[in-house]
Amino acid sequence: MNYFALFNLTPSFVIDTTALAASYQQLQKLTHPDKFATASERDKLIALQKNAQVNDGYQVLKRPLSRAEHMLELRGVELQHEQKTMQDGTFLMQQMEWREQLDDAQHAVDPLIALEELDDEVAGNSKALIDELGTLLEQTNDAANESAANLVRKLKFLFKLRHEIELKEDALSDF
Amino acid sequence: MALLQIAEPGLSAAPHQRKLAVGIDLGTTNSLVATVRSGQAETLGDDNNQHLLPSVVSYKGGSVIVGEQAKRDASLDPTNTVVSVKRFLGRSLNDIRSSYPNLPYDFDELSPNSPLLNVNGRQVNPVQVSAEILTALRLRAEQSLGEELSGAVVTVPAYFDDAQRQGTKDAAQLAGLKVLRLLNEPTAAAIAYGLDSAQEGVIAVYDLGGGTFDISILRLSKGVFEVLATGGDSALGGDDFDLAIVSYFREQLSLEGTLSKRLHRVLLDKAKFAKETLSDVSSASITFLDDEQQTRELSITRAAFEGLIAALVKNTLRACRRALKDAELDKDEVLQVVMVGGSTRVPYVREQVGGFFDREPLTSIDPDKVVAIGASIQADILVGNKPDGEMLLLDVLPLSLGIETMGGLVEKIIHRNTTIPVAKAQEFTTFKDGQTAMMVHVLQGERELVDDCRSLAKFTLHGIPPMAAGAAHIRVTFQVDADGLLNVMAMEKSSGVQAEIQVKPSYGLDETQISDMLKASMQNATGDMQARMLKEQQVEAARVHEALQAALRADGEVLLSASEIDVIQASLQVLNAAGKNDDIDDIKQAIAAADAASQIFAEKRMDHSIKKALAGHTVDSI
Repeated sequence: MNYFALFNLTPSFVIDTTALAASYQQLQKLTHPDKFATASERDKLIALQKNAQVNDGYQVLKRPLSRAEHMLELRGVELQHEQKTMQDGTFLMQQMEWREQLDDAQHAVDPLIALEELDDEVAGNSKALIDELGTLLEQTNDAANESAANLVRKLKFLFKLRHEIELKEDALSDF
Repeated sequence: MALLQIAEPGLSAAPHQRKLAVGIDLGTTNSLVATVRSGQAETLGDDNNQHLLPSVVSYKGGSVIVGEQAKRDASLDPTNTVVSVKRFLGRSLNDIRSSYPNLPYDFDELSPNSPLLNVNGRQVNPVQVSAEILTALRLRAEQSLGEELSGAVVTVPAYFDDAQRQGTKDAAQLAGLKVLRLLNEPTAAAIAYGLDSAQEGVIAVYDLGGGTFDISILRLSKGVFEVLATGGDSALGGDDFDLAIVSYFREQLSLEGTLSKRLHRVLLDKAKFAKETLSDVSSASITFLDDEQQTRELSITRAAFEGLIAALVKNTLRACRRALKDAELDKDEVLQVVMVGGSTRVPYVREQVGGFFDREPLTSIDPDKVVAIGASIQADILVGNKPDGEMLLLDVLPLSLGIETMGGLVEKIIHRNTTIPVAKAQEFTTFKDGQTAMMVHVLQGERELVDDCRSLAKFTLHGIPPMAAGAAHIRVTFQVDADGLLNVMAMEKSSGVQAEIQVKPSYGLDETQISDMLKASMQNATGDMQARMLKEQQVEAARVHEALQAALRADGEVLLSASEIDVIQASLQVLNAAGKNDDIDDIKQAIAAADAASQIFAEKRMDHSIKKALAGHTVDSI
């Protein structure tokens, strides 16, 4: 399923988010099961399946990382997150350092501020990688695709780390 | 689990006539039915113009009494009078006992996963008890509207899990209702307010009922109600306020040990009375007879009451904060706060919620009625009375869905607050040579351990072709529909074999039990069930016929070749002929054949309408 085509958008890493949201609303009005409440069972099922694609497509296109993954998938690049090991030693060292900081944060004078600072740093790094990813995805040759896939794998690490920072913050903020 | 498709009663034969549809709020404490009449949504009263139907069912000898009269029986005959049955839907006996240790009911110990109550010599399950309440509301609606209903929207707490939703839907079907949709209570309230004031922006709906608490954050824009996040506690409500007061009474009066069932019920009633009184005055006094037939007296101040419920209310505010975070919004981005549910009458609750969001909560629509009113507006639209209506509801999955993996851990497949409908596929493989079956355990909840999540069902995939370990790829698709109900499909990829799934819901009733109950209720029902089922099939045949003819006229020549059109036309002729006869199976077969003959056409039409719409052309409806 090509979600760019479903949403009538040109496949590109940089997208017009207003156009995406407008297409989404229109697709909802055309495919939501509530619009088929009096239709036959078969037509209800077709609408349900199409609407689920619309919802998934919107989530995929909305976020830069999943959008990049989808583009690579459409280009036939296998990502294989789990199987491929990370080769970049510097990146791995940095990861370990951050994880140590995450563990130490709870012993800081103000744990919430320590977590915030860490998150800011990781967020800054993610932003830089996403910019780089955008440039790589403008090209379509194999080498660029492979580098882009590598960046996607790195970004997954960073997003996971940010999620863990968030969980720690939640635990400290009395949810 | 969405397990069964049952013939739907109550379809009207004349398609262009205005249809009768109702919204039903099946509440823990009270239930209501509402409808849209001459453009106005209103709740319907009984003969005495009472709109709230107490959700109490009393079983006496051969008869079943629902509502006010049953409520009066509650303290006289507590064992045979079921109150707040909503708390038991989709729950195991263990769950029920640990949440509510002092229930006066006689549960069947031999049925721990699908609780059965012994009432006056018979056994009933929570679905059947709920169906009695829904039947009473259906009859009330049919009586006051003078016609059979075409369909109903039934509301559920947003935080209800799959088992609780399925239980509600089963109860509605058992009550002879055609369920157009299960609608989340806060969303229903938002409709009632949103359509009233044509608002745009973010609203928070704080819904504290008798037994459940929900918070939903919605964005309203151009008729689209988009739920951004939802949270809550499906076992926290006004009943807990009552229990807290009962504990306070016992402590103050040194009532120790086990109370009689009668006294426990009396104390609960007195607690409820005190709670309600304290909404208007600063102190409430009660008197009652204890188990030694002594008159006991005591009073409680508003300040003491607020002290008792402070921790409970704080829990609800924590859920509010969590929902805002999930919606990625700050408190000050919330434009309005809507209060729903009888428990929001408590002044302390209003103050705390108002303080949290820093704005005066909206209470202009009766908090007891607002959910039913919103549901009736949605029902009116779904049944087709407003073909040009722009309103659309985009709801979310309240709790993450996952599967059990090695070591008793849960791997999430669909995360909470994902817009529904949604479908996600997951691949599994075999770990032994020649393995032909596999067990999948589906869970719902946010925690990491299986034991901390709610077990929904265990599926056994049979019919996997024997291969080397790891060679079979089984793709399991989890699909959640607009009602928030889960459906599971499985396929072995290399061979294309559709694996057979056996569903065993962990709690509640399985498919056979439901269909047995339906059969039993049909046997007891007056009128000729066979004739009714035939009529329904004939109506469905006419509907399929008419819809397909219209589709062919609109898009047939654009999307199909002449021979493809001929194939569909031929199936329509068969369908037309079958619809004129009275062989139910024949009609069913003809409908299935017409569906099959036009499947690709229907998919093409959907894609075609999307392309046309997104290219800027106007498409009124599909």
